Amino acid sequence: MMSLLTIKNLSVAFGNPANPFRAVENMDLTVNQGEIVGIVGESGSGKSVTMMALMGLIDAPGRVTADELSFDGKNLLKMSARERRKIVGKDIAMIFQDPMTSLNPSYTVGYQIMEVLKVHQGLRGAALKQRALELMEMVEIPAAKSRLDAYPHQLSGGMSQRVVIAMAIACNPKLLIADEPTTALDVTIQAQIMELLVNLQKSQNMALIMITHDLAVVAEVADRVAVMYAGQVAELGRVPELFRQPAHPYTEALLSSIPEHSKGAERLSTLPGIVPGQYDRPSGCLLSPRCPYAQERCRAERPLLTPSANGSVRCHFPLIAQPVEIRDRKVAQ
Amino acid sequence: MLLFIFRRLSVLIPTFLGVTLLTFGLIRMIPGDPIEVMVGERTLDPVMHAEAMHRLGLDKPLPAQYADYLTNLLHGNFGESLITRDSVWHEFTTLFPATLELATAAMIFAVVVGLLAGVVAAIKRGSIFDHGVMGISLTGFSMPIFWWGLILIMFFSVKLGWTPVSGRLDLAYDITPRTGFMLIDSWLAERADPSANAGAFVDALKHLILPAIVLGTIPLAVIARMTRSSMLEVLREDYVRTARAKGLSPARVIFIHTLRNALIPVLTVIGLQVGTLMGGAVLTETIFSWPGIGKWLIDAISRRDYPVVQNGILIVATLIIVVNFIVDILYGIANPRIRHAK
Repeated sequence: MMSLLTIKNLSVAFGNPANPFRAVENMDLTVNQGEIVGIVGESGSGKSVTMMALMGLIDAPGRVTADELSFDGKNLLKMSARERRKIVGKDIAMIFQDPMTSLNPSYTVGYQIMEVLKVHQGLRGAALKQRALELMEMVEIPAAKSRLDAYPHQLSGGMSQRVVIAMAIACNPKLLIADEPTTALDVTIQAQIMELLVNLQKSQNMALIMITHDLAVVAEVADRVAVMYAGQVAELGRVPELFRQPAHPYTEALLSSIPEHSKGAERLSTLPGIVPGQYDRPSGCLLSPRCPYAQERCRAERPLLTPSANGSVRCHFPLIAQPVEIRDRKVAQ
Repeated sequence: MLLFIFRRLSVLIPTFLGVTLLTFGLIRMIPGDPIEVMVGERTLDPVMHAEAMHRLGLDKPLPAQYADYLTNLLHGNFGESLITRDSVWHEFTTLFPATLELATAAMIFAVVVGLLAGVVAAIKRGSIFDHGVMGISLTGFSMPIFWWGLILIMFFSVKLGWTPVSGRLDLAYDITPRTGFMLIDSWLAERADPSANAGAFVDALKHLILPAIVLGTIPLAVIARMTRSSMLEVLREDYVRTARAKGLSPARVIFIHTLRNALIPVLTVIGLQVGTLMGGAVLTETIFSWPGIGKWLIDAISRRDYPVVQNGILIVATLIIVVNFIVDILYGIANPRIRHAK
């Protein structure tokens, strides 16, 4: 099956061309129709920037380069900005971290939802309002009719995020990108929003890219997951396998830092050191200064993303080495 | 919304009182009184002087004079000029349209050019255009108005001969004032009698253009800078990113989603500039011999014409307060969060 989204060797660089800061480097990712892909990684690992690049939201002086960036059979790199805007907001939609600041305070909720429908579908008049109401009901906003004329500051965070979601799914997108959609919300609301997203994903048959810090969320809902570190994909694989047997030391470290995995321990397990910045990027593997398994080769040579037992991994010495193992395991399952 | 208006109104009373006290006090601090100034260098009989002062009620103690002044004000009586014996209100209404026309033209110039320059500078941040606009507006803001007026007169009026040096209209035209706005009056007159008043409108426009530019320069600079910084701030907002992620055109993102929010602080600044405008009008009207209230007040001060100074300034101050009040209300309309604040 042809994948819905293909990203090959995507890089996003900022700063002066002679010594740029690469926020994203050699990013590869494919997303199939109707699939949920999680992207995890710590702050500054390039998760959001990758998606912004896909949406065409990186402004100069940021530079986006890629070998391939195609969506639904269309090459996004070759498109004019105008053509791209016909896809963005319609076939690819995105929702953001903080719903309270993601809505324009000067316009009513109804106006902001209807704006999408007007621009992309040319809806007008009664049909437009009808569809906006329908969307608000789809995202389970109670008393939708009266909320149509509400201003964002009159809504709670959870309600605002529902409005943002309604805007995003307005034109039945094929791909929905959720950039930490629950980070700014209360815990109880987080669960509701997550459930709503997953339900919508199923009922609309959208592909969903879920950017998150929360490994538990990924484990629960995603089909596949990309683990990012310092602007690169460290490991990419199917969800149950990757969580059960991480091939990359960084993935392993992430998993062991989950509180539930450290029952009885005095302190949570941590990886010493911090993510390299612009000026202290190692010439070898980016994780090598922090990696407990690092060897001479790791410090000298950057690993490439290569097929691994459960998907692909960027490591010279993956923790599970051979695809043989996975075959055995799959048979066992 | 009504409650909002009432709350704002209640703050105004102390402001009015302050203005009356200030003008009343300041004009009396200037040495000399109206009688002395009128008589000039001729020697003045002290008895006649005292008599004249008594007639004007100026021999009473200051608190009593102030009380008289306030009582008159409360009766809606602005008094009459000590020099011309014409009522202050009548003099004001006769001269005000000239100032209003000048100030309006200056404000339109400042707002249109200032907003456009600010928006483009913000969008093209860091470009030559941006640096140019900011440099020019800093210069414009720092420039003394009278000097700038003289430079423009020297270049455009004297050297190039494009515009007249002073006044509102060429002496060759005889136009009956109907609205008090020379542009409108001359246009009406030209339509009524095209042969006698041919070219009157263009002449009025030519007279208006330089003073309007001079008076509008400082507000223009302030508006351009404020628009730019406000735009830059709003452009970084999450909801602008949301708007772009919706696939909206850049024009929609800028004008619907950014400018509307960026306008809120700019509106306040525009309101405040009305005060600057009245202050600038005094200088501009003097340079261009523009027969408006700026010139009127300057003359009144030099003649110690107490009622004209006190009430003229009070009327001007009231106007500025009213304009700022209207801006406050516009603010509420532009920003729903303020309107709904309890």
